Amino acid sequence: MANLKTVSKKSKAQSMGMHTEVLTGRTQQKFFNPDEAENFYYFGTYDVDFNKRTDLDVKDMTAPEANKEIDNLMSQGYGTIVIKNPQGKHSLGVGILNKLNLIFEGSLGYFGMGSCDGPIVRINGRVGWSCAENLMAGKVVIEKNAGSCFGAAIRGGDLICKGSVGARTGIDMKGGTIIIGGDAGAFTGFMMQRGRIIILGDVGINLGDSMYDGTIFVGGEIGSYGSDAVDAELTSSDQDWLKRKLKVAEIGENFDVSKMKKIVAGKKLWNYDNLEPTEKKGAI
Amino acid sequence: MCGIAGLIHRGKSSNVGSELQGMLQALKHRGEDSTGYALYGDTDGKNFIMRFKVGENVGEGSSSVMEDVSVYDERKKIVDETLAEMGAKVVKEERTLPYSLRYEIDYNVKDLLEFSQRIESIPGVEILSMGKSLEVIKDLGNAKMVCDRYNLDKVVGTHAIGHARMATESGVDIKSAHPFWGYPFSDVSVVHNGQLTNYWNNRRVLENKGMRFMSECDSELIAVYIAEKMRDGATLEEGMKASLTGLDGVFTYFVATKDSLGMAKDTMAAKPLVLYESDDLVAMGSEEIAIRSVLPQEIDTYDPFDGEVKVWQI
Repeated sequence: MANLKTVSKKSKAQSMGMHTEVLTGRTQQKFFNPDEAENFYYFGTYDVDFNKRTDLDVKDMTAPEANKEIDNLMSQGYGTIVIKNPQGKHSLGVGILNKLNLIFEGSLGYFGMGSCDGPIVRINGRVGWSCAENLMAGKVVIEKNAGSCFGAAIRGGDLICKGSVGARTGIDMKGGTIIIGGDAGAFTGFMMQRGRIIILGDVGINLGDSMYDGTIFVGGEIGSYGSDAVDAELTSSDQDWLKRKLKVAEIGENFDVSKMKKIVAGKKLWNYDNLEPTEKKGAI
Repeated sequence: MCGIAGLIHRGKSSNVGSELQGMLQALKHRGEDSTGYALYGDTDGKNFIMRFKVGENVGEGSSSVMEDVSVYDERKKIVDETLAEMGAKVVKEERTLPYSLRYEIDYNVKDLLEFSQRIESIPGVEILSMGKSLEVIKDLGNAKMVCDRYNLDKVVGTHAIGHARMATESGVDIKSAHPFWGYPFSDVSVVHNGQLTNYWNNRRVLENKGMRFMSECDSELIAVYIAEKMRDGATLEEGMKASLTGLDGVFTYFVATKDSLGMAKDTMAAKPLVLYESDDLVAMGSEEIAIRSVLPQEIDTYDPFDGEVKVWQI
């Protein structure tokens, strides 16, 4: 990893391998200052041992009971927890602000792994709507399909679905990387502000509609472009990053990234500096 | 927000009453103002089954006006007389509740329009369903309450659709509850999750074409819209595909006929649907937990995409 204190501002995040695109919006990138590291730890988190492993059967538990028990196990130092029989329950694994290996042996319902920061999660099933919403950091891998609003408003981390996802994937995302092995539905990347979405399969209508910034890579067919979403040149740097990312994500390692399409914001909708009508009248 | 569920067994019958009850009960957090079942039971196919009501449930939470129970008997009597005048013979009669009745009718006619119009010209009477397999049962309360009230857990059949309703656009009453019968087509029913924004425009057009609306619930439009398409010769699937552009708003809906079950999702995919499909069973619902009530084991499910229409045969 690059030395964060010596690398120039423009390339710090890129040097860390986080992304390749240069954001061009008025909101400039704010870089992490290692001197402020303590601000990135939460009160009430636990020192866990990844080699300390246990199973948790949630078949007869409600979601709050299951989440409370996960917290309890982390407090005992368990760093690897295997959840048995999730059976499509909603809101499992939410609010984990800790390093943790979490494995779900089955599928999750809505809002699974929401508002998390740090855990490494593998879901050996599918997930419902709004999986990993507001993810701050960590990695969530879904082995099967996912519902709509996948990775809504994530700030960071890697969110990987090996199957197909529903509509509005990455809506309002502000960072992080979403990788889809299959197809994605309509309005993918809707109003995204930053971050990266990679779709190996086809994508539905209105791709990147009203996106502010960020980058979308598509391997298959595009149903239609959304308002202000435009093609951009796929650079060799992009291709290197895609290959590396797909390999790390255990998905599409042999995928021909050179044929992928790159979509960015056209910035034609960026007219916030316009005066309001009353202000214009006042200026006349 | 409402929840919908449906399932179809292909090549065999099953206890669809109990199965749908489990699916809808799993969705009760999406609304329990009313719950409705459209069950396609095993019958000999000789007689029509008419489910109808002669009044509303005026229990706790209802938005209906209280009536003297004696009017129910009067309305029933007029229905009986009207059926006799039309040459329809009531083979079996069940009165589960004072306001809710089930008749098996020996009546040899293909066009149910005139029949339905005459029955529903009786004030306070509404046909909930008419068909040789379909039975629509709907009432206030959650899935288990309605199932228990109408003894539905023993119903055996091939397919079923149902709805758990949170009333938003119209009253808490049976007439606004789903499923809606695809009047005047035998054995057609519809459930819907969403909101239609061109309801009144479509309603005016369809009423001018002779179609009938019993409620002011926007979801009823789907049943009438598709029924009108089928009346003009369209197949179920063609009617459903037309609805993707003909209906405006957000929707996921199911339509069932005597031997098929279909789903449609609007072009914005704004309403949820999770689908499980195998060679012998299709089960779908607003949330996966509905499917898990009949298939607790680990299964492969997916969300249909925007603008998708699918139809399965038994």
